[in-house]
Amino acid sequence: MRDVAVVGFAQSRQVRRTTGTTNGVEMLVPLITGALGELGIAKGDIGFWCSGSSDYLAGRAFSFVSAVDATGPVPPINESHVEMDAAWALYEAWIKIQTGDVDTALIYGFGKSSAGNLRRTLALQLDPYVLAPLWPDSIAIAGLQAQLGIDQGKWSEQAMAEVAVRSRRDAETNPNAQLSGSKDVDSLLAEPYLAQPLRRHDCAPVTDGAAVVVLAAEGRARDLAERPAWISGIAHAVDSAHLGARDLTTSPSTVIAAQRAGIDGVELAELYTPFTHQELLLRSELGLGDGVRITPSGGALAGNPMFAGGLVRIGEAARQISDGAAGRVLAHATSGPALQQNLVCVMEGR
Amino acid sequence: MTVVEPLSAPIELHFDYTRSLGPTLSRFMTGLAGRTVVGGRGSDGTVYVPPLEYDPATGAAITEFVDVADRGEVLSWSWAAEPLPGQPLERPFAWVLVKLDGADTGLLHALDVPSPDAVRTGMRVQARWAAEPAGHIRDIVCFDPETDAATAEPISGLDAVSMMTTPVFLGVQHSASVQETRYLQGLREGRLLGQRCPQCRKVYIPPRGACPVDGVPTEEEVELPDRGTVTTFCIVNVPFLGQRIPPPYVAAYVLLDGADIAFLHLILDCAAEDVRMGMRVEAAWKPREEWEFGLQNITHFRPTGEPDAEYDTFKEHL
Amino acid sequence: MSKERAAVLGTGQTHYKAKRQDVSMAGLLREAIDRAMLDADVGWDDIDAVVVGKAPDFFEGVMMPELSLADAIGAVGKPLLRVHTAGSVGGSTGVVASSLVQAGVHERVLAVAWEKQSESNAMWALSIPVPFNMPVNAGAGGYFAPHVRSYIRRSGAPHHVGAIVAAKDRRNAAKNPYAHLQQPDMTMEKVQESQMLWDPIRYDETCPSSDGACAVVIGSERAAASVERPAWIHATAMRTEPTFYAGRDQVNPKAGRECAAALWKQAGITNPLEEIDAAEIYVPFSWFEPMWLENLGFMPEGEGWKLTEAGETEIGGTLPVNCSGGVLSSNPIGASGMIRFAEAAMQVMGRAGEHQVDGARKAVGHAYGGGSQFFSMWVVGAEKPE
Repeated sequence: MRDVAVVGFAQSRQVRRTTGTTNGVEMLVPLITGALGELGIAKGDIGFWCSGSSDYLAGRAFSFVSAVDATGPVPPINESHVEMDAAWALYEAWIKIQTGDVDTALIYGFGKSSAGNLRRTLALQLDPYVLAPLWPDSIAIAGLQAQLGIDQGKWSEQAMAEVAVRSRRDAETNPNAQLSGSKDVDSLLAEPYLAQPLRRHDCAPVTDGAAVVVLAAEGRARDLAERPAWISGIAHAVDSAHLGARDLTTSPSTVIAAQRAGIDGVELAELYTPFTHQELLLRSELGLGDGVRITPSGGALAGNPMFAGGLVRIGEAARQISDGAAGRVLAHATSGPALQQNLVCVMEGR
Repeated sequence: MTVVEPLSAPIELHFDYTRSLGPTLSRFMTGLAGRTVVGGRGSDGTVYVPPLEYDPATGAAITEFVDVADRGEVLSWSWAAEPLPGQPLERPFAWVLVKLDGADTGLLHALDVPSPDAVRTGMRVQARWAAEPAGHIRDIVCFDPETDAATAEPISGLDAVSMMTTPVFLGVQHSASVQETRYLQGLREGRLLGQRCPQCRKVYIPPRGACPVDGVPTEEEVELPDRGTVTTFCIVNVPFLGQRIPPPYVAAYVLLDGADIAFLHLILDCAAEDVRMGMRVEAAWKPREEWEFGLQNITHFRPTGEPDAEYDTFKEHL
Repeated sequence: MSKERAAVLGTGQTHYKAKRQDVSMAGLLREAIDRAMLDADVGWDDIDAVVVGKAPDFFEGVMMPELSLADAIGAVGKPLLRVHTAGSVGGSTGVVASSLVQAGVHERVLAVAWEKQSESNAMWALSIPVPFNMPVNAGAGGYFAPHVRSYIRRSGAPHHVGAIVAAKDRRNAAKNPYAHLQQPDMTMEKVQESQMLWDPIRYDETCPSSDGACAVVIGSERAAASVERPAWIHATAMRTEPTFYAGRDQVNPKAGRECAAALWKQAGITNPLEEIDAAEIYVPFSWFEPMWLENLGFMPEGEGWKLTEAGETEIGGTLPVNCSGGVLSSNPIGASGMIRFAEAAMQVMGRAGEHQVDGARKAVGHAYGGGSQFFSMWVVGAEKPE
């Protein structure tokens, strides 16, 4: 395997609503220009481009086609797109670098969730024959998962609120976060339910946002960054789609991805958990003890730009390396209902 | 550049999708049409409800079917305090995963109870059947707390259900870019406003949030005349849904004088066979009082009668 | 560093039809997958990862349908990727799957691309009215027909060349049991008698709208050792340019030219016309055959039509093009690119049945999408690449 590192990261502010188009161009132009500018390179220095986005989020077919304009792809570029969170676009780019065809890649993801009714749109990810016709929304599905864990004593509403408190407190030092604050557990638990067993603080907000990450292979990475975040392992897997036929309080795909990526010794984990109980679930599945710092950016609960959120986790974790704040970190991304698909990326400073 | 608030308008997406079911789902939906719940038995004996099309252990198609009860036990639940459009009930209800008697897995549906206090994991529930089942998951209207009463009578002797229809409807708020908004405002005033890219200096109409060559927004406003050259075209001979003009007519790329990019529009007021590459055309505007935010303010372009443009003057735009 | 060798171990296709109402979406995919796995002689445990390609989700009304299909396509517990690069997606899916093996990450990867257009109406999905945008009222061919006119003007090609292509592809399709249109008696004259839809494009010069799926199993050199005659992947390439930009060549797009140049270089091919034995090129409107012959560098600019007119793109000619019948005979949009890739592989594997080119050793698969702006290609060969 070639050594590949995250050498650049840029993200938009995570906000409830932007006035831009659903093809993300307004958010992406400054991020791409900024990320390249910071590295002191031009778009011609990028060997491969890959993006993640969703037509359904944008409400129109081929929304990624207009987004490509933000890269200024003349002369033509070596480019691909996944209809997934951009963390998987990063995986595709990492693979492309592994083939030896290219040494650098720029990955971007974008989503303007405010354009539609996100929780309802996500119902269309469910089985189109027996589930989607009932329009079970993403919060309904997360609630079923949360209640199962509560019934089984795996987590509690109290523990879920503690997750929210920590997320919002951490987000106070994240200039891009949408939500932050210093409310305590008791005051959060005094709030009414949004969709019992979930309260508003248990659910990620609706967010518009975008992110860019630049990867470089050995040889290039040290020229571009003082302290590259070397990817020591990256892997992903998917679980069964049959919500009623699998144990929703576990995440076998996360465990598989973690085993393949090799997560021993991580000091910090940026977990993509749009619901508080999912953080508790993943910490348990990943075996992350009290010594592992969890999602210091505040995570998805403080701002959840769909289709960029997983890439943001990788960028945030990489920044902990480049800042010298940590030596070995884990980033996680998820996609699909109830944590169906999961990616684990482990990075380290060398 | 003047600061403008981008224009925005809703898009309503609605389509009734027609889904062919294949053998397994057909069996399940045919069962529902007869007020019977059918499960599929996997190679390890697990009874899946709804039946899975393929066995998780072997990948083979599941072909053994068993009828299960239309009542069972709640495995988990969550509360729908404010039901969304399309959901099973319009008043607050509980989402439930129900393990029907005879099944080994949970079926997701709605439970009609007045408050979250009336639902708990492990409670017994029974299906409420639609008066006229059609072979659709919504033939189960919802579940009710179990009573001693029987659920509705099964119906037998039905034809197999092989198709289902699913309406998908979503609302999305569309926004124009700042640059496009300026152009649309211009059209409202009967003006054609392009913008120049600050790097390549090319004039784009409509202007762009990102110049496709340089990846930066177009900036400097350039007012363009409403006349130009047909670069290339096709003659539309085919009738299709939503057509406004009887064929034949011409759809052409029109390069406005001073612009560096052509756009597609209609050429009328002349016979279709008389349209040529290089033909000079001008805009035919709607009456001023009908102007809105859009290029449809120009109903079409028509020949100016000027001599054709030389091929060399527009060949770079093909 | 050099990449690992990779090869196509097997291919599988569904029968293509306007409406495959006998199967569910999962059933459609499995028809192609089961055939590909049988052809490659592999079982589910042999598959390390699954890559899915499909055009817009609006066609089926399911957001990221590979999520709900994960069980049926054998992806549970494995890596699953979903590629979407417009019409070129079937090709891009093949390229991504190849790179998973070439990177040395996996031994065997299943790639499947599909579209079930009959779940909705492609015209509806592609023409959802966007506020502030004037519908030009030109219909489906209205975008491409003007560029065909430009090609004819630039090249001076005689007007019957398009009809030659359409008749050839339909006759070829009659030798392909999976093809949607079966018109063994099609002639140039019949094509010319068909209705002029978007002048200069006639009805018989357009592609059908199909349901279908295509799958390939791609494996490492080790995995290929157990296959009698795998199709070695000699080169892959992808290129993108914007839909519209000032001065863009829309007849002979730069992205396609540069993609082809990179492809031939990687494959060590200096004279594609001589060295390639069969080409599967994405031709949804007949005239795109001569246009792409030039774009791909088989013929000099302005002369692609000469090869077609001389009959040299027929089976048995210098460069047989679309022996399968091509997109003109079957068009399940998201799968169409992968069908080109799979058919190229079938030629060098000697498994193309009645539409086999005798002794084919090297073949190219080509796909494009959007406004002729996304390109993906591969070269496969009967011999191991160097």
